[in-house]
Amino acid sequence: MDAIFLQVLNGLDKGGAYALIALGLTLVFGTLGVVNFAHGALFMLGAFCAVSVQSILTISQKVRDESITFFEAYKEIPYLEIWWGETGSIIIDYAVPISIVVAIPVMLLIGLAMERGLIRHFYKRTHAEQILVTFGLAIVVQEIIKANFGANPIPVPAPDIVSGSANIGTWLGMSDTIVYPWWRLIYFVFSLTVIAAVFAFLQLTTFGMVVRAGMRNREMVGLLGIDIQRKFTIVFGLGAVVAGVAGAMYTPMLPPDYHMGMDFLVLSFVVVVVGGMGSLGGAVAAGFLLGLLQSFAAMNEIKSLIPGIDQIIIYLVAVIIILVRPRGLFGREGVMED
Amino acid sequence: MMKQTSATKDLIIMLVFIAAVLTAPIWLTPIGANYPDLLQKFAIYGIFAIGFNILFGLTGYLSFGHAVFLGIGSYAAVWSFKLLTMNILPAILFAVMWSGLFSVILGYISLRRSGIYFSILTLAFAQMSYNLAYSVLTPITNGETGLQLRLADPRYIDNMFTKAVSEGIPSTNLFGIKMSGYSGFYFCAVVLIICFWISLKIFRSPFGLTLSGIKSNQHRMKYTGFNPRPYLLAAFVISGMYAGLAGALLAVTDPLAGAERMQWTASGEVVLMTILGGLGTLIGPVIGAGVIKYFENIFSSIGDQNLFEMLSWLPEGMQSIVAYVISPFVGSGWHLTLGLVFMLIVIFLPGGLVSGFSKLASTFRPKKKTPQPVASTVSNASGTKEGE
Repeated sequence: MDAIFLQVLNGLDKGGAYALIALGLTLVFGTLGVVNFAHGALFMLGAFCAVSVQSILTISQKVRDESITFFEAYKEIPYLEIWWGETGSIIIDYAVPISIVVAIPVMLLIGLAMERGLIRHFYKRTHAEQILVTFGLAIVVQEIIKANFGANPIPVPAPDIVSGSANIGTWLGMSDTIVYPWWRLIYFVFSLTVIAAVFAFLQLTTFGMVVRAGMRNREMVGLLGIDIQRKFTIVFGLGAVVAGVAGAMYTPMLPPDYHMGMDFLVLSFVVVVVGGMGSLGGAVAAGFLLGLLQSFAAMNEIKSLIPGIDQIIIYLVAVIIILVRPRGLFGREGVMED
Repeated sequence: MMKQTSATKDLIIMLVFIAAVLTAPIWLTPIGANYPDLLQKFAIYGIFAIGFNILFGLTGYLSFGHAVFLGIGSYAAVWSFKLLTMNILPAILFAVMWSGLFSVILGYISLRRSGIYFSILTLAFAQMSYNLAYSVLTPITNGETGLQLRLADPRYIDNMFTKAVSEGIPSTNLFGIKMSGYSGFYFCAVVLIICFWISLKIFRSPFGLTLSGIKSNQHRMKYTGFNPRPYLLAAFVISGMYAGLAGALLAVTDPLAGAERMQWTASGEVVLMTILGGLGTLIGPVIGAGVIKYFENIFSSIGDQNLFEMLSWLPEGMQSIVAYVISPFVGSGWHLTLGLVFMLIVIFLPGGLVSGFSKLASTFRPKKKTPQPVASTVSNASGTKEGE
């Protein structure tokens, strides 16, 4: 029982990441009809927003280390600590939360630039060509990051106060062996918040209403005198922001490297297909579902039953879903069917 | 009459291709690509891309999992070296057989869906194979280290004839001819020529026409009474076997096999090659493979130092500026150049380099007829590159 509960917890944060990426992917696909293979790169860019924020905050001055007297030793002290003392070090400690604030406008700009500069020229081209050009773009983005940050993963620690683990077991009156890292709990809550925000935006605002109408019938909305293209551009930016903040928040769990986008891309496409192309709720549900399945498959009991299942479970589920129910779990009729 | 001219044209294409491939060590010398390892790679990845083109170019089914067959080919070949003999013929035979078998299975399942669903299915299979090769299948694939030859390998057939005089691991051979250096290249070149010939025959055959019919309108093909599925499966299996053959040749020239050959980015690479050269053209994939492997090996070896030397003909101040501008694009950044070139090709030249060449050629040639649209490059434009 405890083990099962622990696996549920383990699946939630990964599921949250999958859900967020797949949500952005589906948003872009549902509105613009573009298959965006560069979406993983946006996730990666978000993560590197966090890296940049951290490295900007910790720009340091070399000062003489007074504690060592018998030779000239130097240590690096961040300017923030020199200027503001204790407050400065707290700011540095909170690099990741701060990077969320930074990542939102940055990712919005990147998203808008991407849509304006490249994606919009590919609306009329085939899906294969969209895949290819965004795949090329993903390589380019990835290489730019590699040129600037190097090829090694860069650790970005979470704030000190949440670096430990939460005793969830004792809270719920279960065994106290159930501990769970704070940050992963935060990530789960965070992903739920972002998902709720996106849905609220689409359901409760006029803008969202127009976008939803445009997803159903683009021509009709255009005929009503609404510049649906402009709205969709903003939606693309929104998708980029969702991917970006998902990436930025993910950094304490997985030190980002330039390649992480590609790894997540494949998974998130699988998630989108399982959830149903063009279905936002489906993407979220499938994200969590696959996250949970993956963590259950990683249990030793199941691994000894079916060796290797933890490596392939997600893809296996995807294959079965595509074959048995090509529309995905919640897919609408007539999306990407020929 | 028409038949006659196209047959002679094919003959000319074949002759030019044979000449170009066999003289490659000569005409590649000026651009610094004349060393056997690289030449072998040109030929091997040329085969891989030709095979991929039979599927993607003719039927329009974009597979993101073809590297699986490359990997299977390599593993099968290395196992043949380990268990049977260092002669390469059984290795190649096994590799093609195994990759064919796997492509029948994967193709049968994946081809139930089309469009992006097909791509995702192949992608999923590729990731599954890659992950399994890394983890549970370690007894067969030797996991992360990769499958290597050992001195203690049984090599049953070899040992039947010659009692082991063990001084090191024997090298791969074709009835005694060692498959390294230029002999390795010429073997690969001959295989490449045969593969090209088969691909030419497929393009010209009713089978090839059926495949392009499926590409342009599958529904209409169905209405005329064709069942496209067997044709698609045949194309898938043929291209899978090409990939297996390429994998076997990789093992022939360098007998080890690793799981990273199956990763989906490796499948992405062959997509890049095909698109770059010219999708659906005969010669395009070979050119694309050559260009990418050239970039990978030559561009990546340009470091900051020899970049400076290469630019020494520039005036003093210019030199460092130009070097500064270029340096992110060469050396370890060659992927950046590749990505940019690829994007430019997809955006501006959807027909790939081959269509670029034929466009160029048609602007310089006196206009006799209107230039043919890209879609029909299947039959034309093939000879142009070799004439360059």
